[in-house]
Parts: sequence; structure tokens; C-alpha cells
Amino acid sequence: MRTEVRTTANMNINKNIAISETGFVFNPLTGDSFNTNRVGQEILRQLQKGASIDDLYKHLTDTFSVDKATAEKDLADFFMVLKSYQILIEV
Amino acid sequence: MAKISYERPVITKLNTGTMNKFGTRTEFAPVTHIDGVSVKKLIADYGSPCFVISERTIRNTYRNAVRAFKTRYPKVQFAWSYKTNYLNAVCNVFHQEGSWAEVVSIFEYEKALRNGVAGEKIIFNGPDKSEEDLIKAVENNSLIHIDHSDELYMLVEVLGKIKKKARVAIRVNMDTGVYPMWDRFGFNYENGTAWATINKIFAHPELELVGLHCHIGTYMLTAHAYSVATSKLCDLAINVKYRYGKNIEYLDLGGGFASANTLKGSYLQGGDIIPTMDDYAEAITSTILNYGFKMDELPTLFLETGRALIDDAGYLLGSVIAIKRLSDGRRATIMDFGVNLLFTSFWYNHRISPAQEISSQTEDMVLYGPLCMNIDVVRESINLPLLNKGDQVVVHRVGAYNMTQWMQFIQMRPRIVMIGMDGTPHVIREKESLDTMLRYERLPEHLEKIG
Repeated sequence: MRTEVRTTANMNINKNIAISETGFVFNPLTGDSFNTNRVGQEILRQLQKGASIDDLYKHLTDTFSVDKATAEKDLADFFMVLKSYQILIEV
Repeated sequence: MAKISYERPVITKLNTGTMNKFGTRTEFAPVTHIDGVSVKKLIADYGSPCFVISERTIRNTYRNAVRAFKTRYPKVQFAWSYKTNYLNAVCNVFHQEGSWAEVVSIFEYEKALRNGVAGEKIIFNGPDKSEEDLIKAVENNSLIHIDHSDELYMLVEVLGKIKKKARVAIRVNMDTGVYPMWDRFGFNYENGTAWATINKIFAHPELELVGLHCHIGTYMLTAHAYSVATSKLCDLAINVKYRYGKNIEYLDLGGGFASANTLKGSYLQGGDIIPTMDDYAEAITSTILNYGFKMDELPTLFLETGRALIDDAGYLLGSVIAIKRLSDGRRATIMDFGVNLLFTSFWYNHRISPAQEISSQTEDMVLYGPLCMNIDVVRESINLPLLNKGDQVVVHRVGAYNMTQWMQFIQMRPRIVMIGMDGTPHVIREKESLDTMLRYERLPEHLEKIG
């Protein structure tokens, strides 16, 4: 059974990641738990739905008071952290 | 529909382990005002970075120190330690409160005179006094604290030339049980050099030994060391009385009282481990009172504490230039102030607060300054709320030494503002400009043209 959702050209998100409404995140692949803020939750949920990078930018700028340049910079940094926690997996 | 307020996405790994015995940290409350003045407005009006000094805090801290000593001992005189912060506005707050001046160079000496301090109320310390400096001090009837034998001999020579007398003290260094021992200044007590120097002074009628001085260290974490120091100065004073029949007029216990800043490497916060002003006062005054002086011959107690009187009154306001991530995953935040302005960050973990509303999210980060050099690190590791470019912060307890030891390196030094008792901000030192720097440069004629 496929357990990853393709998100970008070369990265997938583990779709079994559990996200609570309060921002508690559990990665069953590693057994690690995390805490994330509102914007972080939104990004993870969108990634689970299979959103592309462009979809994400649009969603963030439509939903939050942020410009595209800031969203782009923050997202690049956030992806790097997600990768280090094996929430995003390089393919 | 209004958009939701944005905060940079952050995800923090939860680690199980031993609980922190101090519980959850709660010090992230934003500091939006200083003495009722908005930090945002201070930065808008005076720029970022910018030092801010609270006149109210200086006066309150000083009055608390005076209370601690004067309620225990009848004759107390504070002398403001110019080197700790010699901005005229700061010095004059202390002078208005009744402080004399304690200086360690002719630069500071002349600054005190210009501030209107009477010559006889200036204590001239330090190892570097030239012949001209000594003449000036003698003519103004200042108290000269002799640091070494060469100074003693030079002073004797000077007095022979100008046919005047000088009021002097010697600085005494000693073992107080705190190491490393500060023995580079003054004459040693244990090996007899201090006593031998006192005898030399009495052999010269042009020298009047009026006081005994010591300064046992800095950021002293035990008040007991002051009991030991006081006891040794009292011993010398009693011996002077016994041998020469002269009452020593004052004992100067110097400074070295700790402020509530946290030293690097300290497990506990500074405020939790330092002695209080009352602890220091009790250690010193009870030692003198119990030593055996007749009540009408008690020496005046001089104190030159600097750090403990001014640190709390100083703030540094600054802004975030950029945030980035280091190769090992750590967050790095670059501020518009660094070790150039915050010299004390070399030995303190300064408390830093955000100056605007924040969320409950925090992250560990390295805090860098703006200098293009590797040593410019304000905090190697600090947990702060999420900061973004342009966010403002308040650095606490920076009143001591930063505004005298700061460096003009690749940048101009910023404004210093004092918030007066009525809440009005006053610029007490202007921002430097390129002209400030170029005023002292000279260009040889053949180098004037480069093309």
C-alpha cells in the first residue's frame, strides 16, 4: 500500500502523519512526536492532500496575511526541517 | 473576509526526559514599554539600535544601596565609579544623589571636574598617573590612592618641587579566599608590603595618610570576602593608630558587588545567586563596628560600587536584520547590535525580551550581531519566541561598562537616551557620524588623489 503523498518534484510526505487540532504531530515512521503552530498545521494538512508548491503558496497567501516572498522563504526553511525529521522524504 | 494573522511555520520535536525542576519558563512576556515610554516609539524616534537609561531606576537603586549601608553604619560615603559609565548625565544623577567621584585616569578626572565635582571629593585611583596628573590632583586637594612604589616616589618628588602636601591612601591587595586573587593593583597585605609602604608614607611629612583602600574583585558572589577584606583594612588602621597615634579617616572598600546579570556557565540565574546589597552591607559594617574602634574614631566607609548601581538601569533596544538556518539545523538570528555595543555579552548571558506581542511558540537559536566577523555572537544559545525580520527586542541590564567599553568597529555608535523622572526621553549622547570618525584622520598630500 502506498504510504506517501507526492508533494513536490522530489519530495513526498508520509501520509500516515497524525496531526491533532492543537498542533500535536506524530510520525509513525520514526515514533517521534512534534508540536507545530497554526501555519505549520495548515501546511502539513495541505501536503497530505497532495498540494503542489504553487497550491501551497496560493493557499497561504489567500488564508494568512503574508506576501508570496515571505511565504516562499519560510516554506523553503520549513521543508528543510520537515526533511530532517523524516516527515518529508526525498525520492 | 479578514485574513488570519501570519506566523512563520515552526515544528518542534518533543523530547521526553527528566522534567526541568524549574518548570515551564515564563519570561517571554513582551517588554513593550520602559518607564512608561513605548519601545516602538523610542526606536522610531531615536533609531535602532539605541541605548536607553532609566533615571528612575538609577535613583531607586542608589537609594536602596545608601539605605542598606546607612541604616547599619553612621559614616558612609559613596563615590561614583566613572569607568562603569561616565556619561555626564549618568554621573550627574549620582552626584545629585550625593555621590563623590571615583576616577582611574586623568580623562575621567577632568570629566568629574567639568561635571562640577569639587576636587576634594574626587578619589583618584588607578596605576597610570603622570607627574602632571599628580600635580593637578594635589592642587585640587583630591584623594590620591597610591597603586605602586613608583607612584609613591614620583609623588614625593612632585611634592618637593611644588612645596605642597598631599592627602593619600594606599590600595591594598589581599587574600580574601576568592581566586584568582586580584594582586596586580596596590600593595600586598599578607607579605607585609602594605605595612612597609605605610611606614614609608609616615617617613614623609608632606604625605598625609588619610585612608586605606582595597578592591578585591568583580562580580563577587560571596559577601564573606568583604568581611575578610574589611578585617584586614581595620587591622592596618588599628596598627597605624597604635604606632603613629593617627586615626585613619576612611576605609574604602571599593566595588565589585554583583548585578543580577547571569554569568556564562552559571546553572542558576544571576538574580538567584548574588548577595543582596544588605548582605554586602552587613558583612562590611559589622566587621568595622566589631573591630574595636572607639565610637568617636570610627572611620568613614567609602564605597565605589559601579556595576550593581547602574546595570539594571540600562537597556539596549535593537531589531532583527535577518533569520537563517545554519548547516547543522540550528536557527540563527542576526541582530543590528553585536559585541561592538554589547561588550558584556562576552561574559553574560543577557536576558533578551521581544518588544511586540508574540505567540506561545518558541525556538532555540544563536543570536548573532551585524559585524562581519566570527566572534560577533550575542548569545550562543537562547530560547526565544519566533522572531521575524524587523521585530524589535529589548536587552536588559546593560548599564555597566557597555557604554564605556563599546567599540567603534565598521559602524557608528548609536544614540543614548535617558528617560527622565517625568517620563520624558532625553538624548544624552548623539549618534556618531562619518564626520565624527574623519575629524581625527589626516591624509598626506600625496595620498589625496587616487586616480
